[in-house]
Amino acid sequence: MPISSLPSQLKSGSPPAGDSTVQDEHRHFKVLDVTMKRHRHQPDALIEVLHQAQAAFGYLELEVLAYVAKGLKLPLSKVYGVATFYHLFSLKPSGAHTCVVCLGTACHVKGASALITALENELGIKVGETTADNQVSLMTARCLGACGLAPAMVIDEVVSGKQCPDTALEQIRALSGK
Amino acid sequence: MDIAELHEIAQQARDRRKPTRIRCCTAAGCLSSGAAAVKTELAQAVKTAGLEDQVEVCSVGCMRFCGHGPLVAVDPSDTLYAAVTPTDAPSILTALNGGKATAAQADPNHPFFAQQQPIVLENSGLINPESIDDYIAAGGYEPLHHALTELTPEETLDEVTRSGLRGRGGGGYPTGLKWATVAKMPAGQKYVICNADEGDPGAFMDRSVLESDPHRILEGMAIAGYAIGANHGFIYVRAEYPLAIQRLKKAIQQAKRYALLGSQIFDAAFDFKIDIRIGAGAFVCGEETALMHSIQGQRGTPRPRPPYPAESGLWGCPTLINNVETLANIPAILRHGGDWYAGIGTETSKGTKVFALTGNITHTGLIEVPMGTPLRQIVADMGGGVPDGGRVKAVQTGGPSGGCIPAHLLDTPVEYESLQALGTIMGSGGMIVMDDHTSMVEIARFYMDFCKGESCGKCVPCRAGTVQLYDLLTQIMAGEATREDLDQLEALSAMVKDMSLCGLGQTAPNPVVSTLKYFKQEYLDLLLPASNRSGAPTVATLS
Ligand SMILES: Cc1cc2nc3c(=O)[nH]c(=O)nc-3n(C[C@H](O)[C@H](O)[C@H](O)COP(=O)(O)O)c2cc1C
Ligand code: FES
Repeated sequence: MPISSLPSQLKSGSPPAGDSTVQDEHRHFKVLDVTMKRHRHQPDALIEVLHQAQAAFGYLELEVLAYVAKGLKLPLSKVYGVATFYHLFSLKPSGAHTCVVCLGTACHVKGASALITALENELGIKVGETTADNQVSLMTARCLGACGLAPAMVIDEVVSGKQCPDTALEQIRALSGK
Repeated sequence: MDIAELHEIAQQARDRRKPTRIRCCTAAGCLSSGAAAVKTELAQAVKTAGLEDQVEVCSVGCMRFCGHGPLVAVDPSDTLYAAVTPTDAPSILTALNGGKATAAQADPNHPFFAQQQPIVLENSGLINPESIDDYIAAGGYEPLHHALTELTPEETLDEVTRSGLRGRGGGGYPTGLKWATVAKMPAGQKYVICNADEGDPGAFMDRSVLESDPHRILEGMAIAGYAIGANHGFIYVRAEYPLAIQRLKKAIQQAKRYALLGSQIFDAAFDFKIDIRIGAGAFVCGEETALMHSIQGQRGTPRPRPPYPAESGLWGCPTLINNVETLANIPAILRHGGDWYAGIGTETSKGTKVFALTGNITHTGLIEVPMGTPLRQIVADMGGGVPDGGRVKAVQTGGPSGGCIPAHLLDTPVEYESLQALGTIMGSGGMIVMDDHTSMVEIARFYMDFCKGESCGKCVPCRAGTVQLYDLLTQIMAGEATREDLDQLEALSAMVKDMSLCGLGQTAPNPVVSTLKYFKQEYLDLLLPASNRSGAPTVATLS
């Protein structure tokens, strides 16, 4: 995929589509170059580089993986293998907002599945999907380490604890201003 | 840096203290309930009252009563406020002079606090985790100085061996023995790894230590490096813990600036540096060989042992890998001596253990108790039992590798051996209380879902076996299984346990086995009568 056709809304807060998008892409590749250089292009640094790439681009598109493979002198198959092994690396773009519900044991015991059901119904999507308008991606986590506040969820990196379906829906509705 | 400078820093930090300290928890739990705003308002209220000379508002780590945050403590009156909101701030100041605060007070003499014995958490909630001076003022880096200038590596190792400390990452392997194995390897490049992957869902002890007292881990690692002859350490921390990562990075910077990391620490012939590696969301990466693959930028798949990491670890070099809590005990052992530590706990399990108490329990949070403390004391006295008069049905320890202990066995002391005898494990310290509304079959299925999703796929018994076990459990829950299916579940559990490559698969059946052991009736109640069964068995056996 040529750089210019990358989706613009990669992350919450990224600028809308326009000329700035192409510039953004260039800047992101620059960041990647700097990261690889800092690691002296050592293949061992693959995971750090992928973290950086995902932070810059929002997700790991094939072209980005190929770029990393070249930079670290690794076969693309190896880079792809690593990127797909780890849950936190995503090869698909996610919505403008992300909502992560913890399904760890403490949250499970305190009713996390009710949160999921409510959110799935509200958004009309299943876990792992993004709404048709690209606004919200619904995901789950194994444990956020906020078990003392179970059940917990994270919206755009902000953790909130002791949720119930009503409070969860309230937060999601606030996102779309409904 | 020498000892005089260290004492000087400590003295200056103590001199800077104001007579009254308002400590605000700024660990992740309380932050997500709004602790940052509380702290800002308190600082503002101090200003408004013109009390800046008298009162300081400081950030501290976890105060353990995590279910009731944000927490604020006031010294020297030893008052603890719970569920504080920003609007409570002015009244907390008024309360300094005998007024009444609007925030609820927690009782510091409640068994939850009174029955704890903090060693790992001794600084947690008392010092500012982002200040190395605070750590030094609490005696930090003196144990490292003691080891480097007064003990040989062998004597350092000897203290750890005599302490009887065992690994807190789940396995319980004697720490001194592990250190000795690495120390005995021929001199050359060796590594120390701190395992901060904390994958057990429902456990947050390691996170709390990292966020509340990061220098303790650096110091523990440096002492380990000295004892075994390693000059390079890695902390492998999960990406889900951004605050822990940030504080570790800051701590490393600070320690470098004070030459407490780097070359010729305390002018001894000992260099040590520490790098951080961030995980990417794979439970199996907590397993030591998978973790090392991940540090090397590879897929986090485990490999058969031997060779053990002690012989051939990172890049083929001898490597010591220890859990966060294990390493957090080291400075205390060096400070007070191995014999002191061995005097705490039981015959086979020495010292204390930190548990993350969660689930259907009144007081969730962190507790650190001497080994040998009965489970009932933890759950009923300290945790306050199930809320709203409910009853405890079971207590789960050891996460996806552990098992459920039924209520009638709660008098069991927490020890590696006694928990194993019950069919569970100590694990890393997650302790989840389940009340009598919990379906144990559903819990077994929940854990199997976890293991099936986290299996790395390298070996067949784990990859395919967990899927089959999950399907069987689903069938049972749907009321579509027969007695033969249940037998199949038991047989398959034994097979996955015996034939899997790494600990993940070997222990994945544990939740099934332990619920079958204590709650079999729940399974039986869900079965179809044998005659209702139509067709051939639906579950394939592995060939
Ligand atoms: C599937 C699996 C997951 C593990 N996860 C962790 C973990 O999250 N943290 C940890 O310290 N040890 C974990 N371990 C144990 C490590 O392999 C290793 O035994 C431990 O880090 C050794 O440190 P210790 O001797 O200080 O306990 C895990 C083991 C297995 C099999
Ligand atoms: S189980 Fe949900 S935060 Fe730990």
